Amino acid sequence: MSSTLTQNHFELFLLPQRYVLERAELDARYRHMQRSVHPDRYASASDRERRISMQQATQINEAYEVLKDPLKRGRYLLELRGHAIEEQNSTHQDPAFLMRQMELRENLAQIREQDDPLQALDRLAQTVRSQYQALESELARALDGDADFEQAVTLVLRMQFFQRLQEEVQELEADLEDEFY
Amino acid sequence: MALLQISEPGQSTAPHQHRLAAGIDLGTTNSLVASVRSGAAETLPDSEGRHLLPSVVRYFEDSGHQVGAAAKAEATHDPLNTIISVKRLMGRGLKDVKTLGSVLPYQFVPGESAMPLIHTVAGDRSPVQVSADILEELRQRAESALGGELTGVVITVPAYFDDAQRQATKDAGKLAGLKVLRLLNEPTAAAVAYGLDRGRDGVIAVYDLGGGTFDISILRLSQGVFEVMATAGDSALGGDDMDRLIALWMMEQAGVSDDVNHFLQRRLLHEACAAKEKLSECEDTDLSLHLDNGVQWRGKLTRRRMDELIEPLVKKTLAPCRRALRDAGISAGDVQEIVMVGGSTRVPKVRAMVGEFFDRDLLVDIDPDKVVAIGAAVQADILAGNKPEDEMLLLDVIPLSLGIETMGGLTEKIIPRNTTIPVARAQEFTTFKDGQTAMALHVVQGERELVEDCRSLVRFELRGIPPMTAGAARIRVTYQVDADGLLSVTAQEQTSGVQAQIEVKPSYGLTDKEIETMLRNSLDHAREDMEARHLREQQVEADRVLEALQAALREDGDKFLSSQERTAIDQAAEKLAQLRNGDDHRAIRKAIEKLESVSTVYVDRRMNANIHKAMAGHAVDEFK
Repeated sequence: MSSTLTQNHFELFLLPQRYVLERAELDARYRHMQRSVHPDRYASASDRERRISMQQATQINEAYEVLKDPLKRGRYLLELRGHAIEEQNSTHQDPAFLMRQMELRENLAQIREQDDPLQALDRLAQTVRSQYQALESELARALDGDADFEQAVTLVLRMQFFQRLQEEVQELEADLEDEFY
Repeated sequence: MALLQISEPGQSTAPHQHRLAAGIDLGTTNSLVASVRSGAAETLPDSEGRHLLPSVVRYFEDSGHQVGAAAKAEATHDPLNTIISVKRLMGRGLKDVKTLGSVLPYQFVPGESAMPLIHTVAGDRSPVQVSADILEELRQRAESALGGELTGVVITVPAYFDDAQRQATKDAGKLAGLKVLRLLNEPTAAAVAYGLDRGRDGVIAVYDLGGGTFDISILRLSQGVFEVMATAGDSALGGDDMDRLIALWMMEQAGVSDDVNHFLQRRLLHEACAAKEKLSECEDTDLSLHLDNGVQWRGKLTRRRMDELIEPLVKKTLAPCRRALRDAGISAGDVQEIVMVGGSTRVPKVRAMVGEFFDRDLLVDIDPDKVVAIGAAVQADILAGNKPEDEMLLLDVIPLSLGIETMGGLTEKIIPRNTTIPVARAQEFTTFKDGQTAMALHVVQGERELVEDCRSLVRFELRGIPPMTAGAARIRVTYQVDADGLLSVTAQEQTSGVQAQIEVKPSYGLTDKEIETMLRNSLDHAREDMEARHLREQQVEADRVLEALQAALREDGDKFLSSQERTAIDQAAEKLAQLRNGDDHRAIRKAIEKLESVSTVYVDRRMNANIHKAMAGHAVDEFK
């Protein structure tokens, strides 16, 4: 089983190892590469070609998935720079941040009691989204600008909090909508 | 020997041989086969000009069988031996099937796997065999219409089909003697048909309400690349259920008790279905039903009443629509085109509710019964190699999360739903006991936390782990989902490099051995000499291998091979070409393997160069 790709995700897409990237460019390169290697091109080819094609397409999909997601991309860059984040969350967060998280969680827990739960949830979702985006900008500064990896790690961990919160918001949204409609 | 047709002059820059390929829509209610002819994809009719083939198989006592309209006509008279909606039984177990009991009246008997067999007067048939009988019929129709043997087919499946249901479909193709180039998701196929038709980039939603399944897929079309963003659905909800609601109402009106016999049940459903179709055109329709006590009941159903009856069902389809939009990260307003697929989308109430949900006009111009087969035919044409210049690419996703069972009956998600395929994930395990050489894994599909709430897919047993002290082994298990959406697992002990042997026990599927047995026992193959069949297969394969190799060598043999390597390949190719004309299929097989073996370095270098060219190519090009 020969995997012919030894490049990291950025190298595979011929992109500089920076946090900020042009999404349209990434998408275009992704489509371009898959056009060449995807199993659809090898459906009538030999077993070996089909197997290699699948491996290559798989690796390209993996790289794309990491690079297009702001959180995954941040984690990956830190990993490349030797600051890999462990699976367990660090609890060494700023108390003010933890306070904010608790408030948001409480807010989420009380949505059903609101007069218009779906609207309240929508407002909460927007808050979470804008705070997540603010973190993205800060992370870009930390990684691309200041090369402040310690700060970057803190920011990524915060983004993880927010992503989990976003998932819970979406789950509640799904339940509420199904009950409502 | 496959008939190779030479394409018309002017249609390609170099003479190439057109391979006969077809797209098959293996539907719950109706099936179709389509192919690309003279540049256009069209469905192929039977000798009487009928394009739709009812997915009905009737079995006779003398072991014969009948597929299609003739079988369907007798469905009400011979319900236990006339199998309809077999798609609902593919990759399903007895428990699943029992909940369908009121709709499908068959006698089930346990099979070797958890997928039950259907008892008929012709013997016990697996749903896979019944589907194969339908595919066989379509194959004959296609080969007759196209004038030659099919080199490959694309068979469509609901996007929401799980691994077991997909594998069962692929197995059916195998039993029917078909080379399955790809299992294609039905909504994606429909998107292809419309996408190519309209030629506009953007976000497309495909609402596919078939006889027994519902799918909603959200895709982005961008310069010939169809990328599925999200898919959701219900693999046990469809037009058949509308018929059932109408039938229940009829029973109420006619004063028929719940406990109906099979014959009356069939007549009820038949009448309900006819009424449903009629009410798509008219405001009301007359009903007529022959009851068991000899009375001919007559009634009337208005469209208004039918709308009331089916509204809860249509409403049920909107929840997956919301979920798909959410997973795709877009709102209903972001969708530019909504494609309606499946006969049941002709029902005005369905169109009204879906139109309201998306607040947009619906695309219904391509016949909703044919659109899936047409999209599949386009894909088949490309995958068979008839269009090497074509830039169309389908990037599909896995519809349900894959997970494994962990301690306490919980699931751990390995691959989340809507991940683009092909995809691979790896996990590391270690051993509990000293000297442990085996390990078991249980893979499930679904979104729930508890294993019992998910769909059991398959159990893998890893064997041959080198014995070590407990906790010393590092077993890397790789889960790979291919472009058909099918899972395969490999495992390697990292410290020793030993590959574990995997024994696969599908929860709801046929083992390779069972398929082999079915192949041997199937009627057509009993008549045919198995040796002759093997010989033909190896000759076709030899031709394919040699043709592909010669084409490649012409292009870049000089670039990638030393003269020594080239000689070895030429010699092996020469040997194969000689043996191909003989009658020893085992010798041909060996020669193919030898040629593939000496060509390995060549293949690897070409594939490597190809991807580097792809990587570099874009940096040089301007992109739009």
